[in-house]
Amino acid sequence: MATRAIRSTVKTRQRQLGKASQGMISFLLIGPAVVYLFVWMLVPLAMTIYYSFRNYNLIRPTFTGWAGIANYANVLADPDFLSAFINTLVLVVASLILTILFGLFFAVLYNNEHVFGRNILRTFAASPFFIMPVVTGLIWSNLMMNPSFGLLAALWRGLGLVPIDFLAQFPMPSLVGIVTWQWTPFAMLVLLASLSGVPEDLKEAAGLDGAGAWKTFRHIVLPQLGRPLYAVVMLESIFFLVIFGQIYVTTSGGPGTATTNLPYYIYLQAFSAYNIGAASAGAIFAVILANIVAIFLVRMIYSNIQEEA
Amino acid sequence: MNKMSWPGKIGVNLLAWLVSILMFFPIFWLILSSFKTNALAAAREPAFIFSPTMASYVNALVNSNYWHYALNSVYTAVGSTLLCVVLGVPAAYSMAFRRSKRTDFTLLWMLSTKMLPAVGVLVPIYIVYKNLHLLDSALGLTLIYTAMNLPIVVWLLYTYFKDVPGEILEAAEIDGASLVDNIVRIVTPLALPGIISTGLLAIVLAWNEAFWAINITNVHGATLSVFVSGFKSARGQFWANMSAASTLSVLPILVAGWFTQRQLVRGLTFGAVK
Repeated sequence: MATRAIRSTVKTRQRQLGKASQGMISFLLIGPAVVYLFVWMLVPLAMTIYYSFRNYNLIRPTFTGWAGIANYANVLADPDFLSAFINTLVLVVASLILTILFGLFFAVLYNNEHVFGRNILRTFAASPFFIMPVVTGLIWSNLMMNPSFGLLAALWRGLGLVPIDFLAQFPMPSLVGIVTWQWTPFAMLVLLASLSGVPEDLKEAAGLDGAGAWKTFRHIVLPQLGRPLYAVVMLESIFFLVIFGQIYVTTSGGPGTATTNLPYYIYLQAFSAYNIGAASAGAIFAVILANIVAIFLVRMIYSNIQEEA
Repeated sequence: MNKMSWPGKIGVNLLAWLVSILMFFPIFWLILSSFKTNALAAAREPAFIFSPTMASYVNALVNSNYWHYALNSVYTAVGSTLLCVVLGVPAAYSMAFRRSKRTDFTLLWMLSTKMLPAVGVLVPIYIVYKNLHLLDSALGLTLIYTAMNLPIVVWLLYTYFKDVPGEILEAAEIDGASLVDNIVRIVTPLALPGIISTGLLAIVLAWNEAFWAINITNVHGATLSVFVSGFKSARGQFWANMSAASTLSVLPILVAGWFTQRQLVRGLTFGAVK
């Protein structure tokens, strides 16, 4: 009763202030954040779209004017762009599959109450995620994968094998491995958070009914992970589309164009070829690719917000 | 699950320990290498036991420009995080306590800007920065990191503010508290642990950022990401120096990261996982 009375007093006061000024207050509160993001994200995006239809090259100042769809046509005709597009897809899909498989395995492992010190073990296993991408690249390309002095080379020699120059002979699989090491903890932590929500008695009941560990996992645990897995796929897709630091320090997009993904291609177009028009057209393709995933993700977030409200 | 057999228990324990050791090993090896001499760090036979030297740390801290880059990292990470909190607290307050029809749309729109790939806005920001003389400046990087982290900060603050009971605010309003009082004196102190862990996550994300740092800074405003990437062509040379510089760059943030695991899941999933 008391709270209802209070609420109605507040409501009355808000009504007295008037709808217009209430809206004004809300705008003053949210406005700065919205305007900030608008200026820093949407305005530049509009400029990218504009540049993508312009002749614009930093080392050819006389080359100006409308380009029509020439930049898009040139980018699509560029074999390097096509390979960058394919590399992006390979990097995203392969890393997705591996991080989810390992992440799921690790999550189930650390969710097991019989594991001694599992919180500390989990924290150590989660560590790669907090390492700078640039340092991740350095650790792997030098200390681990260097064909002469790297730890893996020593291991290979110890096994009587000829050391492999991973980044030169298998550039993309090596890069996928590096990304997987860095991002498996993300999948693990998200899935672990969801796993701890699976009721213990449900699992016990399944055990009493004679279900083995695999059957319990398959029919009780996995169905509960449907939504989190779906979310991890989309979130990681968006994060993997923009991988840059690891490539920059390990392979610089090579050998040749073997590990050049879209961000790296656009970076090369802009800062090696100084072709702003082509870089912008390439960027639009990256944005479109990200949006395909983002639509599903936003829809999922929206339904979650609606359920909670 | 409770009736696990003895061999089973030993098996999962061994597996769990093995996984942790394998995942952490590259980091351990980096730290170990930082205490070696440059020659030993790149020895063909990996050395596990050796007499440690601090030479590479002395080199990094005294003879190199480490502090210049480290200060830029602190400036950009802390500066952008403070700006995010200043912009984010009022916005999240409004979303949590002054809901309207537009609230959900605004929140979703903010989150969706986080899904825009950075390369989509790289070229215009580079060109505008060039004209405004913000290229290679820590200020320019700070302003971008603010835009990069703001959606995550607003989202996290919104989820923490929702846990503050609305009745407290209403009671305060009856007592004549103004809107500013509500935000500064009531919601902020009550949600302080949430605000701090949100800030910590924003610092971790800005500190580790590489794409913008490499593309729009070079020396003056460059962060540790740029400093460390200078070692990228060290093929067997200066590995101890590289390891010491890397360890100094990642260790504080690794420890901070350990404490933000939960916020990390909450913040980077944007509410897609409940």
